[in-house]
This record gives sequence, structure tokens and C-alpha cells, in this order.
Amino acid sequence: MDTEVGMGRPPMPEQPPERRVGNFEEVPLGYSPEAAFAEARRCLQCKRPLCIEGCPVAVQIPEFIALMAEGKFTEAARKIKETNALPAICGRVCPQETQCELRCVLGKRGEPIAIGRLERFAADWELQHGEVEPPELPEPTGFSVAVVGSGPGGLACAADLAMRGHRVTIYELFHAAGGVLRYGIPRFRLPREVLDAELDYLRGLGVEIRLNFAVGRTATVDDLLREHDAILIATGAGLPRFLDIPGENLLGVYSANEFLTRVNLMHADLFPEYHTPVHCGQNVIVVGGGNVAMDSARTARRLGAGHVTVLYRRTRAEMPARAEEIVHAEEEGIEFRFLAAPVEMLGDDESWLRAMRCIRTELGEPDETARRRPIPIEGSEFEIPCDTAVIAIGSRAHPLVPDTTPDLEVGTRGYITIDDTGATSRPGVFAGGDIVTGSATVIQAMGAGRRAAESIHRYVTDHSGGEKA
Amino acid sequence: MYEIVFREEIAPDTWRYVVRAPEIAERRRAGQFVVLRVDDKGERFPLTIVGSDPDQGTIELIFQAVGTSTRLLADLQVGDEVIDLLGPLGHPTHIDCFGTCVVTGGGYGMAPVIPIAEALKDAGNRLIGINGARAREHVILEDRLREICDRVEVCTDDGSYGHQGFVTDVLRGIIEAGEQIDYVLAIGPTPMMRAVAELTRPRGIRTVVSLNPIMIDGTGMCGGCRVEVGGETKFACVDGPEFDGHLVNFDTLMRRQKMYDGMESEAQRMYRPHSTPCRQEEAAHGH
Ligand SMILES: Cc1cc2nc3c(=O)[nH]c(=O)nc-3n(C[C@H](O)[C@H](O)[C@H](O)COP(=O)(O)OP(=O)(O)OC[C@H]3O[C@@H](n4cnc5c(N)ncnc54)[C@H](O)[C@@H]3O)c2cc1C
Ligand SMILES: Cc1cc2nc3c(=O)[nH]c(=O)nc-3n(C[C@H](O)[C@H](O)[C@H](O)COP(=O)(O)OP(=O)(O)OC[C@H]3O[C@@H](n4cnc5c(N)ncnc54)[C@H](O)[C@@H]3O)c2cc1C
Ligand code: SF4
Ligand code: SF4
Ligand code: FES
Repeated sequence: MDTEVGMGRPPMPEQPPERRVGNFEEVPLGYSPEAAFAEARRCLQCKRPLCIEGCPVAVQIPEFIALMAEGKFTEAARKIKETNALPAICGRVCPQETQCELRCVLGKRGEPIAIGRLERFAADWELQHGEVEPPELPEPTGFSVAVVGSGPGGLACAADLAMRGHRVTIYELFHAAGGVLRYGIPRFRLPREVLDAELDYLRGLGVEIRLNFAVGRTATVDDLLREHDAILIATGAGLPRFLDIPGENLLGVYSANEFLTRVNLMHADLFPEYHTPVHCGQNVIVVGGGNVAMDSARTARRLGAGHVTVLYRRTRAEMPARAEEIVHAEEEGIEFRFLAAPVEMLGDDESWLRAMRCIRTELGEPDETARRRPIPIEGSEFEIPCDTAVIAIGSRAHPLVPDTTPDLEVGTRGYITIDDTGATSRPGVFAGGDIVTGSATVIQAMGAGRRAAESIHRYVTDHSGGEKA
Repeated sequence: MYEIVFREEIAPDTWRYVVRAPEIAERRRAGQFVVLRVDDKGERFPLTIVGSDPDQGTIELIFQAVGTSTRLLADLQVGDEVIDLLGPLGHPTHIDCFGTCVVTGGGYGMAPVIPIAEALKDAGNRLIGINGARAREHVILEDRLREICDRVEVCTDDGSYGHQGFVTDVLRGIIEAGEQIDYVLAIGPTPMMRAVAELTRPRGIRTVVSLNPIMIDGTGMCGGCRVEVGGETKFACVDGPEFDGHLVNFDTLMRRQKMYDGMESEAQRMYRPHSTPCRQEEAAHGH
């Protein structure tokens, strides 16, 4: 292991691919204290740390790393938590290579500091050593805030408001909290103990989580406004998109949301001990190139699929997935077919999927996302046999709250419109996360949640002269 | 947790439960459903809200014990709790004064018909109820239907009670006798809903069916409940569950409902090793 200052980062120990495809345990095993210590000492402690600018919640990176370099791991975790309530999660799932680590000066000539791995290590250390203690809470303000949705945006906002002494109730429609962290991201990337510990921490701050509560159905935003002084809407972009091609309703064709929800939320991998089944054949095609596609493909592999293909209409360079996920998928034997898109799903006599008709594509001019647009090549159709398909081509805004909240302004694609304080068109109603931006990242949703918390705090205190009547 | 405050078996393997769920009781409207989970290993599955008592904070569910989840639910006793219950979900039924309406339910489908029939009656419609079942002991909710409707016909497949035949036979008889029918509501097994839709289609009678595909979240997030209506893909949980029966592709619906049949029977063997074998098995074993 090369751990000397100024050289590369220590490698991350991992479960070997041939073993991990047979289980759902976490793949990267985490740094040893020695490795964490060595990596922390590699940080230059820059006077003008660019890394912080790359982090959407401005984690005090050099400061927490300095504590780690002194071996003060728990203190480091607490330092991170001043700005990021969920470090054990972000350390694992942030796309660090496009955020904090992209900006680290060491990256110019060698490997940037492994900020994510250090963040994970500090948070895990604090947890494993039973050193998590809720920060001291201020006197209760008497104000009460409703947070709709328990994804990272809602959780971050709830934590900040609780730490300012407000009473917070989270309303979540599923029977378990966490949003995408619960039903989307598989446990081999984010063990459920980590998520549960973070939720416990939040409950320790006095946050109440009401499950099985669909805002817009069980009660409306207007009902909630009668009980609470302000509301954050953080309902995510959880609706699946389909390809809109013939044969998409054949048996064996799933949205990634359904496929992943069955496994992650409902434990279909443990069927029949758990009662929700999932159908995963031997020959699986996953359509898409983002994290969701990688998670679906790797899940299919773990459910026993002999052959899994990821079909993406651009090339590897344009794939939006985290770099680490792509590498892990490749190591797990997942085949990538670039520059091809499905045009039809073909079924057998019993309406089960038997093949996918695809067309080759080539890249044209950059589109509005600055990626080169794929153009189908006429006459280049071909078939790939398959018995399961998972469509992972993006998601849509959750319409339940906008549809049931009069005068709540939304943009053309149904995402809620906010101003730069996070306020919506309805007084006292704020919004943040994927329901505003469209599908983004965990840490961006948390950043939005924290900004909204700041605005909500100002809103409730301003509207009452600082005192609850 | 949602406590069961009352339960009774109203027909073989068919149960009526009253469950504490105050928020849902207050808000639910005809045509809406809940998604529930019996225990922490359970599936999420939908049941129609048949009635509610906002003062008591309870809702009424009627279900047939057909597989793992519904049987586990049937095993609970008064005082036990259902771990998760979400609702009210789905669009409330579109209620209007249509004129003369036929409301018909097959088997457990009679249960979801009741709240809609009540709402149609309140809106001033004249109501003819057709209550169909396999045999006499499977006829449910006859008295309640009689309270709501102006006229009620009962039929059984084997003729052991009421007319002998299917609800479509009775409906055809009513139409052929010259009744002017303005609206038909049909809820029950998919083949029954299809047969009703086929009967009314050539006669141009507006026909509403309530679809029951397999669901998970019940809020539009998985797409597992997708159905084809008028050539378009719809999510039954948020776009329905009621649709124009003349536009529904019943073939796709039936196939998708059976998607997990092989796996489900595996689960049932595991959870009910000592339970009475199902009817087909009884027949196959010559009991
Ligand atoms: C499979 C997958 C993998 C991903 N991997 C990564 C990754 O590695 N790194 C990364 O940074 N990002 C990743 N993302 C994206 C990231 O998870 C999201 O950007 C982030 O979770 C958005 O957070 P949110 O709080 O806005 O919404 P969500 O996490 O979507 O949470 C919204 C919550 O609101 C609830 N809800 C919705 N409507 C209602 C209602 N009416 N009433 C009550 N509750 C409601 C939902 O059930 C849900 O729990 C991934 C996404 C997916 C789907
Ligand atoms: C909106 C909606 C409302 C419903 N309301 C009621 C109700 O009020 N009362 C009631 O008894 N049932 C109702 N159902 C059907 C009920 O959800 C299913 O019977 C239940 O999910 C079966 O679960 P299980 O595990 O017991 O059976 P499984 O083991 O899953 O299935 C047993 C058998 O039932 C079939 N089956 C499974 N799911 C369905 C389904 N959704 N529809 C038809 N057949 C199915 C299977 O193909 C199999 O043959 C409703 C369904 C929907 C979508
Ligand atoms: S929260 Fe994410 S972006 Fe910020 S420092 Fe941690 S890993 Fe980097
Ligand atoms: S930019 Fe890199 S080296 Fe500088 S403080 Fe940040 S992590 Fe350390
Ligand atoms: S049940 Fe998931 S979308 Fe309808």
C-alpha cells in the first residue's frame, strides 16, 4: 500500500467481484484507521481550500481532515455534521469526482484527497464506537414545521430546523423513511444500518416521522398549514419514465423504480421469506446509463441473472453514473453496449418478453444538456434476446402535491417553482430537492433542504416577531 | 399501527373488517382504496374502502382470502393490528345524475360496488343492482344492496340462489326487456368485467369498470400497475382505478395479474403448510 504524503491515495479494500455478486453486502469495505490517518496527512491544508467550493453544502473539508490527521476521528465526524447531517451516506454516494474531489488541488498533478472515503470513515467510526450524541438543542421555539417527503432533502431540512428548536414532523407516504436512499439505492452501496442510524440520529433531535401518510391524499397541504407554521415540500422526482415503444407492457419489463423498490424496500431478494416477489430472468437488459441503470444491473446480477447487459444510446464518456459504479459494474461482469437504443420489445406466445429490437445510434451535435445527441442510424436494427428488461431512463416530478395544492406554481414539466430562498408561490410553503430541480444528487437535495430550513426559520420568526403567539 | 375493531366472515373465505384509521375515514370518497401491509415481511396490496365511520374513526374493508397476503390478513383477530395502511388512494368515482344505472358486482367485486352505488343513489340516479356469485353461500351484501337500489336481481353460476347464470345474462335480460339503461358499473373478476363491457359496447351504454392490477406503492411511483386503455398506457393507481370499460385492454390486464402466479404458490406452500388445500387441488385429489 502506498500511503506516503504526496503520493496516491490508499486503495479501498473491497469485496472481490466473484464473491460479491452472490450477496447484497456492501462492496467497498472502508478504510482502516491507518489508511484514513495516512490519507488525512496527505491533505495540504490549503489556505484557500478549493475543495469546499465543490461541495454543495460546504463541508469544512480541511478542518475535518486536520482532526483526522490528529487521530480525532469522532471530532472530525462532528465537524462534518455541522454542515452535513448525513456524512455516512454522502461519503458513500456523492459523485465526489465531479464535486469536492474535482476541485482538490492535489488532483492537478496526482490523485485528489479521497474526501468521500475520509468522510465515510469518520462517520462510521463515530457510529461504531457508540460516540454519536445528539447535539444540545436550544429551547423549543414553539413553532412547528411539516416536511413532506423523507428523502435526503427532507431529512436535511428537518435536522437543521430541529437544531434551531422548531418542532418538526416529517410526512412520508411509504412505510419506511429515506426516500431514494431506502427504495432506490441498493444496500450493497448503502447498507440499511447506515441509513437507519442516520434516521435514529434525526429522531434523537426530536423529529417525528409519520409514515403511511400521502400528502395530497391522507391530508392536503392546506390541511397541514392549519397545524403547522410552515411546510417544506421535498417529494422528489419518483415517477418512472418509460420508452413509449411497442411491447413495453409485456411480462418481464420493469421500470427501474419498480425493480429496485421490490428488492430494496420490499426485500424481494429474500422471497418467499419476505412476501414480495420479483421476476429476474437469466438474460437481463437494462436501458440507461446513470446510477439507476448501474444499480439495476448490479441488482439483477445479485438476483442470479447469468448475463446482464447495459444498453446506452451514447458512449461511456457521456454516462452520467458515478465513475466508481461503472467500474464496479464492469468488474461484476456486466456487459455494456453503447450507441444503441431500443425500438421494440418482442414477446412470446404467453406475452413474456423474449427479445429487444434495438437500433444503432451515432452522436450528433450537443443537446441542451451539453451532451452529444444520439441519432438513430437508419436500417441498423438488430435483436438481443432477453427475458427481463429494466427501463432506467430517468424520472418525472411527483404530481400528487402540486395537483392537490391550489395556486402552487409549477414549471412546464411539473417541477415546483421556487425563488432563491426556496419559497414557492404559496406563503409559508417552501420546496427543495428533486421536486424542484428534477433528478439530481443526494447532496444537492440536502443542500436545498438546508437552504430551505434557513428560509423557513426566518419566515416563522419574522412572521411573529420572533415569538410564538 | 391500525387496529382491527371488528371482523366477521360474511361468506366462505370472504371477510368484513372494520379497521381504525381516522384520517382515512374522514376523507375517503367512493371508489378509493387503501394499500396495506399485514406484517413486516408482508407485501403491499390494495383493498377498496367499502365504507367508513368518521365519528368512530374506522373504515370498512371486505376481502377474499385468495393468497399469502389476504390469508395472513384473514388470520388476524379483533385487537390485532395491521402494520401499515395508506390511503385514501386513487381518483374518487366520477358521480353524476346519469339516469338509470345498473350496478353489478361479481364475487368480492360486490364490495367495491357498494360505496359507488350509495354515491350514485345520493346523486339522484335510479339504481338496478345485479349481485352475482358462484353459489348461494358466496352471495354477499345482498341486504345492503337492496337498501340502496330500486331493484335488485341476484344470480348464481349454479342456480342455487336467484337466477341461474352470469350477471351478463341478467343484464342482457334487463336490456332486452326494454329498460333504458344510461350507465353500467361492473366490478369483479376480470373476465366478468370484460363480458359486461362486450355486452354494452354495441349498445353504446356508458360502462365503468374498476381495474385491479398488481400494485406496490399505489401512488404512481413504480408503474407496476400499468394498464392499456384506449391504446395508451395508464397507471391504475393514480389514473384510475376506474376506467371506461369499452377502452380497456383486458387481455394485458389478465396476463399481468398472473405474472407472479408460480412464485406465489411457492410462497403459499411455505406459509400455509397445514392449511386446507385450495379448491382446484381438492378436485384434483378427488376429495
Ligand atoms: C436508483 C438511484 C440511485 C441513485 N444514486 C445516487 C448516487 O449514487 N449519488 C447521488 O448523489 N444521487 C443518487 N441518486 C439521486 C438521488 O437519490 C436523488 O437526487 C435524491 O434522493 C433526491 O432527494 P429528495 O429528497 O429530493 O427526494 P427523494 O429521495 O426522491 O425522496 C422523496 C420522498 O418523498 C416521498 N413522497 C413523495 N410524494 C409524497 C407525498 N405526496 N406525501 C408524502 N411523501 C411523499 C417519497 O416517497 C420519498 O420518500 C440516485 C437515484 C436513484 C433513483
Ligand atoms: C384498486 C384495487 C382494489 C381492490 N379491492 C379489493 C377488495 O376490496 N377486496 C378484495 O378481496 N380484493 C381487492 N383487490 C384485489 C386484492 O388486492 C388481491 O386479491 C390481493 O392483492 C391478493 O394478494 P394475495 O397475496 O392474497 O394473493 P396472491 O398470492 O398475490 O394471488 C392469489 C391469486 O390472486 C390473483 N391476484 C393477485 N392479485 C390480484 C389482483 N390485484 N386482482 C385479481 N387477482 C389477483 C393471482 O393471480 C393469484 O391467482 C383490489 C385490487 C385493486 C388493484
Ligand atoms: S458532502 Fe459530498 S461533496 Fe460534500 S465533501 Fe462530502 S463527499 Fe464531498
Ligand atoms: S483542496 Fe485538497 S489538499 Fe487542499 S484542503 Fe482541500 S482536500 Fe486538502
Ligand atoms: S402501484 Fe406503483 S405506480 Fe401504481
